[in-house]
Amino acid sequence: MMASSYNAKEEDGHLSGTPGPGVVGADTSKKPDNTAFKQQRLPAWQPILTAGTVLPAFFAIGVIFIPIGIGLYVTSNNIREFEIDYTGLEASSPCFNCSQSYSWNNTKPCTCSVSFTLDQAFEGNVFMYYGLSNFYQNHRRYVKSRDDRQLNGDTSALKDPSKECEPYRKNVKPIAPCGAIANSLFNDTLALYISSNGTQIEIPLSKKGIAWWTDKHVKFRNPGGNNSNLAPVFKDTTKPVNWAKPVYELDTDPENNGFINEDFIVWMRTAALPTFRKLYRIIQKKGMTPTLPRGNYTLLITYNYPVHSFEGRKRMILSTISWMGGKNPFLGIAYITVGSVCFFLGVVLFIIHHKYGNRGNSSDIPS
Amino acid sequence: MLMRENCGKSRRGKKKRVRKERKRKVWVSLWQRTMAREFGEPGGVECSKVKKRTKKKNKKENKTRIVFSNILHDHGKGRDNPNRHYANNEIKTTKYTLLSFLPKNLFEQFHRYANVYFVFIALLNFVPVVNAFQPELALAPVLFILSVTAIKDLWEDYRRHRSDKEINHMDCLVYSRRERRYVEKYWKEVHVGDFIRLRCNEILPADVLLLSSSDPDHLCHIETATLDGETNLKQRQVVRSFIDQDSDFEPSRYNSIIECEKPNNDLNRFRGYIAHGNGRRDGLYKENLLLRGCTVRNTEEAVGIVIYAGHETKAMLNNNGPRYKRSKLERQMNVDVFWCVVILLIMCLFSAIGHGLWMFQYGDQRPVFDVLSPEGTDMSPALSAIYLFLTMIIVFQVLIPISLFVSIEIVKICQVYFIHQDSDLYDEETDSPLQCRALNITEDLGQVQYIFSDKTGTLTENKMVFRRCAVAGVEYSHDANARRLATYQEIDSEEEECTSRGGTLPRRDSVTSHQSGRVVLRSQSTKSHRRTGSRAEAKRASILSKHTAFSSPMEKDITPDPQLLDKVNECSIQPLGQLTHELSDIMEFFIALTICNTVVVSSPSHPRQKVRTRFELKSPVKTIEDFIKRFTPSRLTSGSNSSSSSSLAAGRSAHKPGSESALLRLEEEQHSARRADLQSAFGPAPPAAEEGELRYEAESPDEAALVYAARAYKCSLVGRLPDQVTVELPHLGRLHFELLHTLSFDSTRKRMSVVVRHPLTDQITVYTKGADSAIMDLIRPPSSSDTKSKRQRKILYKTQNFLNLYAASGLRTLCIAKKALSEEEYGAWLNSHLQAETAIQGREELLFQSAVRLETNLHLLGATGIEDRLQDGVPETIASLRKAGLQIWVLTGDKQETAVNIAYACRLLDPEEELIILNADTQEACAVLLEESLHYIQSKFLCDFPEHTARALRDDIRALEVPPALVHRLGLVIDGRTLAYALEGSLEDRFLAVARSCRSVLCCRSTPLQKSMVVKLVRNKLKVMTLAIGDGANDVSMIQVADVGIGISGQEGMQAVMASDFTIPRFQYLQKLLLVHGHWCYSRLANMILYFFYKNAMFVALIFWYQFYSGFSGSAMIDQWYLIFFNLMFSAFPQLITGTLDKDVSAETLQDLPQLYMNGQNSEEYKPYMFWMNMIDAFYQSVVCFFIPYFAYADSDVDLFTWGTPITTLALFTILLHLSIETKTWTWLNWASIVFSVSLFFTVALCYSASCPICYPPSNPYWTMHRLLGDPLFYLLCVITPVVALLPRYFYRACQGSVFPSLIQVGRQLDKLSPESRTGMLDQRAMCGAKLPLYPFPGPLPKDYNPSAQEPHLCKRWESTKDSKQPIDQLRPGPTPQVTDSKEADLNQSVPAASRDRTPPRSEDPRSKAPALPPCNALQFDPALDSPDFKIVNWIPSSPFPQRDSVPLMPLYACDLLSARRGQGSRTPNGPDCVEAEDLGSPKEGFLTTTLL
Repeated sequence: MMASSYNAKEEDGHLSGTPGPGVVGADTSKKPDNTAFKQQRLPAWQPILTAGTVLPAFFAIGVIFIPIGIGLYVTSNNIREFEIDYTGLEASSPCFNCSQSYSWNNTKPCTCSVSFTLDQAFEGNVFMYYGLSNFYQNHRRYVKSRDDRQLNGDTSALKDPSKECEPYRKNVKPIAPCGAIANSLFNDTLALYISSNGTQIEIPLSKKGIAWWTDKHVKFRNPGGNNSNLAPVFKDTTKPVNWAKPVYELDTDPENNGFINEDFIVWMRTAALPTFRKLYRIIQKKGMTPTLPRGNYTLLITYNYPVHSFEGRKRMILSTISWMGGKNPFLGIAYITVGSVCFFLGVVLFIIHHKYGNRGNSSDIPS
Repeated sequence: MLMRENCGKSRRGKKKRVRKERKRKVWVSLWQRTMAREFGEPGGVECSKVKKRTKKKNKKENKTRIVFSNILHDHGKGRDNPNRHYANNEIKTTKYTLLSFLPKNLFEQFHRYANVYFVFIALLNFVPVVNAFQPELALAPVLFILSVTAIKDLWEDYRRHRSDKEINHMDCLVYSRRERRYVEKYWKEVHVGDFIRLRCNEILPADVLLLSSSDPDHLCHIETATLDGETNLKQRQVVRSFIDQDSDFEPSRYNSIIECEKPNNDLNRFRGYIAHGNGRRDGLYKENLLLRGCTVRNTEEAVGIVIYAGHETKAMLNNNGPRYKRSKLERQMNVDVFWCVVILLIMCLFSAIGHGLWMFQYGDQRPVFDVLSPEGTDMSPALSAIYLFLTMIIVFQVLIPISLFVSIEIVKICQVYFIHQDSDLYDEETDSPLQCRALNITEDLGQVQYIFSDKTGTLTENKMVFRRCAVAGVEYSHDANARRLATYQEIDSEEEECTSRGGTLPRRDSVTSHQSGRVVLRSQSTKSHRRTGSRAEAKRASILSKHTAFSSPMEKDITPDPQLLDKVNECSIQPLGQLTHELSDIMEFFIALTICNTVVVSSPSHPRQKVRTRFELKSPVKTIEDFIKRFTPSRLTSGSNSSSSSSLAAGRSAHKPGSESALLRLEEEQHSARRADLQSAFGPAPPAAEEGELRYEAESPDEAALVYAARAYKCSLVGRLPDQVTVELPHLGRLHFELLHTLSFDSTRKRMSVVVRHPLTDQITVYTKGADSAIMDLIRPPSSSDTKSKRQRKILYKTQNFLNLYAASGLRTLCIAKKALSEEEYGAWLNSHLQAETAIQGREELLFQSAVRLETNLHLLGATGIEDRLQDGVPETIASLRKAGLQIWVLTGDKQETAVNIAYACRLLDPEEELIILNADTQEACAVLLEESLHYIQSKFLCDFPEHTARALRDDIRALEVPPALVHRLGLVIDGRTLAYALEGSLEDRFLAVARSCRSVLCCRSTPLQKSMVVKLVRNKLKVMTLAIGDGANDVSMIQVADVGIGISGQEGMQAVMASDFTIPRFQYLQKLLLVHGHWCYSRLANMILYFFYKNAMFVALIFWYQFYSGFSGSAMIDQWYLIFFNLMFSAFPQLITGTLDKDVSAETLQDLPQLYMNGQNSEEYKPYMFWMNMIDAFYQSVVCFFIPYFAYADSDVDLFTWGTPITTLALFTILLHLSIETKTWTWLNWASIVFSVSLFFTVALCYSASCPICYPPSNPYWTMHRLLGDPLFYLLCVITPVVALLPRYFYRACQGSVFPSLIQVGRQLDKLSPESRTGMLDQRAMCGAKLPLYPFPGPLPKDYNPSAQEPHLCKRWESTKDSKQPIDQLRPGPTPQVTDSKEADLNQSVPAASRDRTPPRSEDPRSKAPALPPCNALQFDPALDSPDFKIVNWIPSSPFPQRDSVPLMPLYACDLLSARRGQGSRTPNGPDCVEAEDLGSPKEGFLTTTLL
């Protein structure tokens, strides 16, 4: 760029330096300026794509991608993941009864427990997810059905939620939180017990830090600031139709109640795909012992959430994570495959280059 | 009746109308009175006519305008002014006013269907059931596009407004009734009926009727360069009745009424009459009208009355806006836009059905995530599918690229800018760069297949140089002149510069009184006339320095032929009455050359100052009374031939009959004078003008050439006034010819005449000059068989032969003839002529007939040959254009022989190729000829044809449908008459079948209409891209008909330039314009359009795939802001840069290898299948960009937009990298634009996702991007996805570049070589005579272009199909269907080897061309030239075309063709009228017979 602008200046100077005798004519002349830009002579790089020239690129891709792929694959394989489906549609399932007696407004909670065995110990922090399948959280109208201003603690929006929340905007009183997303909040509760010598020891599950920090602290706010007593704030509102209790009773901890309840926040972040998981709890690592040692576990489920109507499935997933997130061997395999393909194509190009190589240069002038 | 021209428009109240009505009656009666007074004698008729007019007011008012003087009426603008309804002089060329801008502009923009579509979609978003985006946001792109266009329009309009203002506020002197003097007023304050005083060098503010002039001859000179570009001064005359007034014109005494035509745009017509208070009535002609925009010259002061003002002036009515053409590429693009719509609908339909099914599967149970409609109503699956269909149209709208149309416009404007800026297309000599007048067909330049060219002024310089003449049957070859011309070529240009500087200064001094004001005026005018003809204005500026049209020294200085000079001297010494016939013919010949024209004389010291040499004041005979007065019986009898001539002879009989020595001395004198002239011309400061150094300003270069030629024989034109021509003759001194009439040139008569009273014989003499075909028929046939008429017949015969010879050597021929009229004959003719002149209706027709009546029974004086030199570089340009696969047709009005020879000279025809010449007298003959030619072509080349083509050719109609057009080594020559037959419906297919199989076509003697018909025929029937190039008014129709019209800003006015799309100063620039700029523009735009389709499809398809995972709900994972601004912002700049700057091959290589042009001709950058390939690639890439993130994030806790944002990023990277693969030239701008795009995206994304935690529902991207940037997965995706997406394309490009490189790629490789090895490569190719067997149409036969001179046998071979196929395949760009082994082997061979490989078939070739040109032509020709006048040596050095040295003068006609045809016996008898013979063989035979006389 520097070079070209320099050139242009030089040429300009040349032009004005030698105006010749007809000085008067010089400024009225219509002669175009002789600059590299105007004459389309900017210095340029002109790559020509032939087998010979692109050959190194293919090999380079191969050489770079394959190790990355292997690294990713190994990393992904090192991640421990355990998944258990507790939908209970099959008669044999412990949750069969619960799944049959479905209703959103079930006052009497139905509980069931599922036992499982971990073959390998889970090191480090273990993330506990609940997973839903066939649940189209990405449906266009569903995604829209929320009021961010209300969730941000805007009192006017609390009283008069956005139209986007229709038809979950008002139920005589305005609904808080309004909208279909909030209305369909996942309300199963999961508890994990380890069977140790015949006794069931409850594993402490942390519900802090499961939502994005920015969501919890910026995007979601309770109306009325840091008021720990939320009931008066929400007094002019009503709970969503499907909810058993109002929003200010989601948790006892004031830091995790109301709109800033992390389970709620996590749910409000609509999933991209119809099969998704959402972070439920974190099992903090304690000392040197494995967070979840090998052994038998029991998952105690308070079964509230109906998925029967849309043939959905509910799962509980335990997973450790690595720097690249959860267990997913796909990227590793992809990198290895692409690297290999590039390498192979490189070889093909090499052959082509050798077969047609001499054509690549000067002798190919048409004649 | 007088003032209601605009009364329909008048919106005044009823009361006012009543008043007006009353007023009108008053005026009507006034008018009636005037009329009655005026026509006292034929009053009955006239009065009734007037009454009739009064009755039929409405009818009448459509035809004429009546202008009163504003002086008569109290208030110039008052209500009672009858002129008040005429437009005033304020011009307003703006389209909008402040108020009307918005609605009007929007209305105009919605004429574009695309805009309507986008607005419709944006509005659809406001419907809650179907809306996909925030409605306001969806409006944004549409508003953006609309406002960009609106701002552009507004800016243009503002500029118009400013320039209007400037023009409207120019000053002029208007007579003020109150102050009784002329006062300065703005132009806009001028009204119809005002008196205006014009000063020298002032620009006319309106169309003004000239009433008075300071010029003693009552003339006013104007320069019309701004209107028609003609650079010579034009004389305008004071209205006749005001000439007689002795005193100065006083506006207050003016009381006449003018009736004239309604405003029209015909610059060359003005009709009307002026009725005076005293009842006199005079006709008004265009000679009386000064047009707005012209400049007053040479006249100190003039006064006129404004007739038309403002928008009603002829200049403004002629001012049409730029033309709008749709380019071929755009038409093709529109088809694909249509396909995009189809794809869009299919995608929407698919989604809608999918949604219906998805909903259906849930049955009555509504899942929690399927939200009810906002109204809370439950929709059936079918209904929601219908709604979804509309939603999807909104979501997928980007598939129809909203910004494509705007981008194309931007890119085209940039392209036009760069074409403008190319210094190679700038002509130093005339200071004229290339001009694009049509902004939107730049890429058509790269796709032209047929070029239709004018000859004169286009291929040739239109600098006419007198070369030779024949007088009284004797040829004077002017050898010295020919030698002089040869040396002039180099010094030509410098000299012009020298003289120009000398000439400019005094002219500036002539600006006298209003010096300062004038200067301002001038600078303003330079700007102000940009619109009416910026080009013309520029020219005028350049002319100020050149100041004389058509008078380069080359044209001025003619070395006389000694033989003829002797004779001239001889006849000037002898008394006139005793001259031999020959000598008197010579005398008359030169007199005719001198006076039979419209040349104006000026002297160089005062370039625009007319030379005054009046000796007698006499107005031309214009009225019957005049005639009766001046041609009294006494005078008629007194003017006897002998008496006057003898008296004159006595007056100059001091000279004795010339002796040998005297003549020699004279000659010496002359030569030394000539040398002195030359020296002075080269000297730094030209000496003060001598008397002999008069300048001639002619309307056409021929005229000037002839006048200069006559001057060389001391027979010089000294002055010209409307009624008198002054000529200086050797030894006779100045003679004043009373100019009675000038019958001006027209293209139907093809001649002009002057009627003068000969001062020596006092006879009324008609001198006629014109095309030989026109004159020769009018020559009085020698009736009796006495010696005189025998001689006469011989002269005729010989002259005809000389004419043929002149034409054969490429000269323009003119015949000069005269006729002496008796007073009685003249009187009879004059009577009818005057009637014709005063007629208002059908005057042209009457004048034409009148002229035809006069120009009969002429006496032939002689013939002239004028050379029109080829422009620089024309043969090379034609050769290279032809190599580029362009078919070049020349359409000319010239004679066949002249045209054929010029065609040889510019290598349009090749001496080695055969000519088919079609000259037919009747429709039937034409049909037979065409049939025969077809048969001939067929039989000649049948052996080489593959069976199907041969069959197709047999049926010529079907041949048109067969795509491969076989272009043979044939030239077709057809004359105008035959062309007229051939263009008739029944024959046009046959004509085309013949014409398209010929390599070059030459249409001679064609009229402008025929030119355009030919272009139209070829364009419509062959469905090819046509380009027409010309410089004159006769080319306008053809330029307008062709797809691309190119005007040459030459010497012949501006009409062609005004009508053209592009204007180039010289023909040779066509090469770079087409081969380089055309190619670039085409390939840039084609690639950009394809890329646009790809880009949008790729982006939209991402969302389409997502529908499968979102229940076909119309959900988008891409944030709507990204979705909408992706095209507009993030990915817009790189493609614009590439679309503007990308060069696939360098300019040098494109010019060195014209074959590369075929790339565009065959639309190889953008073929229909490429659209689909691009679509498939787009869908593949979108699949990759969608599914890699899909699998990478499958079953994870990723949320919708945290997943969508990486996809957007990936798509952006992929799209940019895709462009990188397609970009051939990387300048810093390309790099910058890509870096800019990426950084813009990230900047916007980061700002956007940090800006507001609660905004932008539903995506609410708060902190999304920041989080992503901390996620290693994001980077891993960014690396792998573009690689996978672009792998196939990249691999394909690499393989294509290696295995089957297109010609373009080969050209690019050539670019990479060092300059030396490149030229070496190209030379080597040229040296080994290897021809590029590339054809515009894929056909089995090689066209075998351009055989090298060293291997003449090469051109005679026709390769057999099999052999010729190899080189075609090898070089045909693009992938060939089958790549055979043999081809691969062939490809590996080096160039010489390859050409050697192809030599074997040559040996058997001559057979196929067995009846090749027998050498008889040349042999026959030589003896013919044996007579002293026809020595071939006489001709060769004078031949203007050095490359034809080895070629016999007469073109080698297609003997074999002729012999073939003779056998079938459809010839017309040969004879002296051989021009009309059906083949060119006969002229030669005619020539032979006559030379044997």
